[in-house]
Amino acid sequence: MPRRVVLVTGVSRYLGARLARTLCDVPSVERVIGVDALPPSRELRASLGRTEFVRADIRNPLIGKVITTAAVDTVVHMNIRASPQDSGGRTAMKEMNVIGTMQLLAACQRAATIRRLVVKSTTAVYGSSPRDPAMFTETMEPGATPSSGYAKDAMEIEGYVRGFARRRPDVALSVLRFTNVTGPRVDSVLTGYFALPVVPTVLGFDPRLQVLHEDDALEVLLRATLHGLPGVLNVGADGVMLLSQAIRRAGRIGLPLPGMTAGIVDMALGRAGRPDYTPDQRRFLNHGRVVDTTRLKAEFGYQPRYTTVEAFDDFVRGRNLRPVIDPDRLSAVLDRILGGLTRLPAGESSHV
Amino acid sequence: MSEATVIPLHGPRRDDPPLASGTDTEPRVESDFERRLAGGLAFLRRRLTGDYPVDEFGYDPDLSDHLLLPSLRPLYQRWFRVETIGLHNVPSSGGALVVANHSGTIPLDALMTAVALHDHHPARRALRMLAADLVFTLPVVGSLARKAGHTLACNPDAERLLTAGEIAGVWPEGFKGIGKPFSERYKLQRFGRGGFVSAALRTGVPIIPVSIVGAEEIYPMVGNLRTLARLLGLPYLPVTPTFPLLGPLGLVPLPSKWLIDFGEPIETAHYGAAAAEDPMLVFNLTDQVRETIQQTLFTLLAQRRSVWS
Repeated sequence: MPRRVVLVTGVSRYLGARLARTLCDVPSVERVIGVDALPPSRELRASLGRTEFVRADIRNPLIGKVITTAAVDTVVHMNIRASPQDSGGRTAMKEMNVIGTMQLLAACQRAATIRRLVVKSTTAVYGSSPRDPAMFTETMEPGATPSSGYAKDAMEIEGYVRGFARRRPDVALSVLRFTNVTGPRVDSVLTGYFALPVVPTVLGFDPRLQVLHEDDALEVLLRATLHGLPGVLNVGADGVMLLSQAIRRAGRIGLPLPGMTAGIVDMALGRAGRPDYTPDQRRFLNHGRVVDTTRLKAEFGYQPRYTTVEAFDDFVRGRNLRPVIDPDRLSAVLDRILGGLTRLPAGESSHV
Repeated sequence: MSEATVIPLHGPRRDDPPLASGTDTEPRVESDFERRLAGGLAFLRRRLTGDYPVDEFGYDPDLSDHLLLPSLRPLYQRWFRVETIGLHNVPSSGGALVVANHSGTIPLDALMTAVALHDHHPARRALRMLAADLVFTLPVVGSLARKAGHTLACNPDAERLLTAGEIAGVWPEGFKGIGKPFSERYKLQRFGRGGFVSAALRTGVPIIPVSIVGAEEIYPMVGNLRTLARLLGLPYLPVTPTFPLLGPLGLVPLPSKWLIDFGEPIETAHYGAAAAEDPMLVFNLTDQVRETIQQTLFTLLAQRRSVWS
């Protein structure tokens, strides 16, 4: 097999940069081309290694030229943005996500050298509703079709990717539906949410959460890029935890608000620099979402190294989130009470 | 052990290390009160630090065993004085599908069946119910239902539970059964579309027909405020002799005497998984389960001397 030329979109963000960096160390990969509309931050740029960075908007035909001149054979599309904040508003975000993907796919369709396409999608495409099955498998339809934001973008993107697959059946396609990625270094809507000292929740609802550790996310992306994981694949850690449980593990204070006061929740999250709290995410905080990863484990033989709880704990530890209520100290206090109480009768007898 | 002769009242000696956690198995000499206190504090600690496992459905055995089930136990033991028959028909391991009649306006019959299986089955089995989607749209109720181990009544969830070797519970009459007028008590309604039978066939687990006597009398439904129910998005809004006449007091169920009969399992494994695609077989099995429960109900009712004892 000839040496590979890999194009990665979205390298100016953590996971994209890390994938590019890791690919640089793979001997069979000749060139790694990183594309993003924004230049990477200084630290990320330093970590990119021998990645060739092309500052290009994927909405621009320039991307087609890059693909043909470099004879790219593998495209990893990770430029699907979850928050309008770092895209310059919701309109720009939608354009970047949907039009950007269409442009990229159009360029790929023209390029004869393309052999493999990996798309980082999201489990948000399954939506979130009380009528959902406990776990979504890859073949299930969403209970309620996502109507806004990131989830809707991802759904439309997957639609265009399917169209591309029909027109270029010779290209091996992986659509990786990731759950929320957490870890010490990755930034996401969910990590921002748990960084709040007082975490607003929806009164009377305690959704199940499933996350994926950043190391596992990287490993799956790497395998898909190098070996191919054809088809649609749910990627998430084993096990679930409840939102209330996560809040307590992070030492946060949960603030249950009635569903009607969603506006307040919006404001609180907006304060935290996350103005992208869409109705979809609100529904997610109501009903949660869990996906079945049997296919990932059985067919592709990848066992995520971190469970949901472990991945979440690693995020809490790695971020040095200063707990508002420290679970360890709480344990110590309870131990002391427990010790004191069980000793009480002994203390009385010592007076005798 | 010589230490075991210490008089329990004195409790542990001062130099004993404090109980480290609820899982501590060191032999200790404690009064019942201390043990309960220690258990309670260990529980509190697990809850406050989020240190408890939850399965994929959101089932939280820690909460269920220490809080939800204990809160139902007085109702089970004192109020309804539930008696069980044929618990040996429920396997001690592996999947099974419990199918029962539904009645009583509020699904207390389902909750009491869960207590019966947990407290009185030798393997202390957890009943994982398949509930109507209304349950999961309601705040508090929905999240408590998930924590108690229940999930949405749909084929993927039913098969997932049964494949995992759990006992799933279905009440195929649904709202038609639970919200039927008092005059139709103990008359089984239509049994859904037989989705539960195909789930059992696909997973090859036995179906256990369960007949519950007593639940029909807890809230005798003499009327239905249909318009108000529709406004509130509820399937029915019952009028009982005490509700809404006596206000919140009308919510107290009448203390009927209950009997839960776990019938002989109907094996499905020999049909093979492909049989789930045979609608005639599914209909026949559905009818068989329904008939079994109806006949058992009539037999039990004929033997019953009084509703209250």
